[in-house]
Amino acid sequence: MVCLLVSLLLLGCSAILTGGIALLPVTARTTRAANIAGPAGAVTGCLLGLYAAAGGDWSAAATLTLPWGLPIGSCVLGLDLLTRLFLLPVFGLGAVCALAGGISLRHTDPGTHNLGAHWFFYLLLLLGMALVMTSRDAVMFMIAWEIMSLAPFFLIDFNDGDRLVRDASWVYLIAAHLGAVLLIAFFALLWQQGGDTSFAYLSTLLPGRCTPVLFVLAVLGFGAKAGLAPLHVWLPEAHPAAPSHVSALLSGAMINAGLYGIIRSLDFFGPHHTFPAWWGWLLLFLGLATGIMGILKAMAQTHLKRMLAYSSVENMGLMLMGTGIGLIGIASDNAWIAVLGFAGSLLHMLNHAAFKALLFLCAGEILHAVGTVRMDQLGGLQKRLPMVGWLFALGAVAIACLPPLNGFAGELVLILSLVKGTALAGVENQLGLFTALTGLALISGLAAATYSKAYGTSFLGEPRTGFAASAVSPAWPTLLPLCIPALVCVVVGLAAPLLFANVADTALDILRLPLAQRAQAEAGIASCGAALSTTTVLGLACAALTLLFVLLRRRRLGNSPVRPASTWGCGYQFATPRIQYTDASFSEPTAKLFSSAMGLKASRQRDDSYFPQHGQFVLSAPDRLRTHLFTPLFEGVERACNALKIVQHGKIHLYILYILATVVALLIWGLHA
Amino acid sequence: MSALFQFLLILLMLNNLALAGVSRLRTLIRQVSVQGVLLALLLMLPGAQQFNFEHLLLAIAVLLIKGIGFPILLRRTLGKISGDPQVEPWLSCGLSVLACMAGLAFSLWFEGRLPIQPGLFPSLLLPAALMTLFCGLILVVGRRKALSQVIGYLIAENGIFLLGIPLMSEETVWFELTILLDVFVAVFVMGIAINHISKTFESIDVGRFCSLRD
Repeated sequence: MVCLLVSLLLLGCSAILTGGIALLPVTARTTRAANIAGPAGAVTGCLLGLYAAAGGDWSAAATLTLPWGLPIGSCVLGLDLLTRLFLLPVFGLGAVCALAGGISLRHTDPGTHNLGAHWFFYLLLLLGMALVMTSRDAVMFMIAWEIMSLAPFFLIDFNDGDRLVRDASWVYLIAAHLGAVLLIAFFALLWQQGGDTSFAYLSTLLPGRCTPVLFVLAVLGFGAKAGLAPLHVWLPEAHPAAPSHVSALLSGAMINAGLYGIIRSLDFFGPHHTFPAWWGWLLLFLGLATGIMGILKAMAQTHLKRMLAYSSVENMGLMLMGTGIGLIGIASDNAWIAVLGFAGSLLHMLNHAAFKALLFLCAGEILHAVGTVRMDQLGGLQKRLPMVGWLFALGAVAIACLPPLNGFAGELVLILSLVKGTALAGVENQLGLFTALTGLALISGLAAATYSKAYGTSFLGEPRTGFAASAVSPAWPTLLPLCIPALVCVVVGLAAPLLFANVADTALDILRLPLAQRAQAEAGIASCGAALSTTTVLGLACAALTLLFVLLRRRRLGNSPVRPASTWGCGYQFATPRIQYTDASFSEPTAKLFSSAMGLKASRQRDDSYFPQHGQFVLSAPDRLRTHLFTPLFEGVERACNALKIVQHGKIHLYILYILATVVALLIWGLHA
Repeated sequence: MSALFQFLLILLMLNNLALAGVSRLRTLIRQVSVQGVLLALLLMLPGAQQFNFEHLLLAIAVLLIKGIGFPILLRRTLGKISGDPQVEPWLSCGLSVLACMAGLAFSLWFEGRLPIQPGLFPSLLLPAALMTLFCGLILVVGRRKALSQVIGYLIAENGIFLLGIPLMSEETVWFELTILLDVFVAVFVMGIAINHISKTFESIDVGRFCSLRD
């Protein structure tokens, strides 16, 4: 606990230091100083935090109360299994992304960017996330939540000369605060019910009439942060706009705060056995819908970072599905399903943090080397950026949940929990879980197709533009931060049973099962652990076999001459990059099936004359929820607000009269209420 | 002592009526200074709570800020902005006094109905506080000059301060916040707003601000 406190203090002090640098006139020297002080503070603080979260006894819980100057709330920090687990991506990615950011921003022009401010907000975001995970009081939690929600606004807005970037950061800010409004309502209701704001007290509350409302508020409020559909609209806007190391941190660590909030808030709804089954079904099908929508939209994207953002929505959908399965298990007294559901969700959260950070950082390297991440302008990068290509391929395999990498382990646990659905009473329950299993399989298949497309169109084939053709590989030291998440993907994939044991302990801690159900949960964990061990053995065997084939091939080809040819030349004598498969042609078969769900918009310009000169086919995938739901909604709000301008006449003394009238009316109303 | 406390409260009410009725800015500032002194005296009397050293310090602070500091600042500002020393009411002085009396009537009616802990508020304190609050707001609403609006704000804030006296022994943080509000008036409203308005628009008539709305 002391180590955690020191880590938080270190992050805070570094934030003050970089904030101080930000206030100085921006010169080359201050830029360099900020770019050293920021990452150094972040890495040191995060390593200490990682030690505090992962070092020592995993199951040890501790709380620390500090003085608090405000009349409401208290400053209580806590460290339990759930917090430890969610702190791992925060501190792990915090350090990796700080390193990657420090390297990528080292040549920043002091005339365009104030790096002191950038690192100040980066450190503030880390501090906010760590405080969200550790605070044990509603008031402190909301303050930390606000810090965590506000800091990314300034980070996303890094390239604020671009109008699209400014728009994206505003969309983020509005979405974050709509979620925060729901959370304030959630905690205010809880406070009203209990009369105290400490989590320890709130977790002793008994379920009341408001509990279903509280649950829905928590799902929507935290879901907005997690990217739950239809509240996900900020993700595909914010991630392409933000610098890649920021996108990696937001996608790998910050959106997890939504999942953390949902799981943590389960403590406040009374004893777990009183949870109604519909909570679980609601989360399961919201997660499923989010997952399917996310991966279909991801498949339709041309912009690599936007695709990764939609893929984050999809992965959050999978995690919410796991939480839903866990709740269904609780409601139907099936400890096997409950524990594996939560464990699958948490394991996938950890895995997602690793491979999504890796992919975003790879996208950053592509952007740096080529100048764009639009897949229709890339191609042939494997030859030009071989190391980035291998790392991206590794991340793509991991995120497509292919064995033996880490993505597969998380998904396997989820599948095993759903398969046990046959043990539930009632055919409708069995059918529900079976539908979810089918949906999960669909999502996995589509994810594999999406990442084949992403890797194939970006790295294979011939370059589609001159920029891609002239891309120069970055020096290997700059790729070192990318190797850390890549290593995690491989190691966690091969050592999945070990990590699963810790995650399962956390799931058991969340569930607080009665002794009678404990044995069933242990049996589920043991069975799942055995399945994961088998996967590890098979994975190692596959890796050994691949190595063997590679060596064999090298030996066979040792002395034979190898003739280079254009990739995907297909036997053409004069193949041009224009005849290659594009990203749109890759996703066309899927688009035929799911075009309405993918929201594809095609526009053709055809020259119908006998000797056609010029034609154009543009395929785009705008977010329909944004254009058809949120835009009309906010336009309606704007119209209503404009109508209210009758009372906004500019006469200040009359404005104050409104206040006076309101105060008197409230006083009288208060008397009668 | 209680009788003296009541007497001071009645003086405060009369002072409020006078504030609503004066038409010259200089007299208005003088009356505000009187109100500041009255507040400081009220704090020193043990009518509302047990007297202690902290209250004496607070009373001195109130006397220095509200009784002496603000009036000096206001007078200096008045000297700097040349022009008509009249308050230029939207609501005539007579009507303002009537409105203030209506505020007093409402406060008395309100006191009878408010479910408060018996003995928390000494008699007349609540109506006097509410009346001060209303008087301040009436000045803000009914006067044309920015300076008289600042004074109105200050008086309204005095009312809130009075309401807090019985709670003083419970939570000192609220009192510290009200002092902070005073500092806010001093630094922000007067120092920046009035000087800038006067420089930019050559007038501190808030009626001309309408052109600033979007």
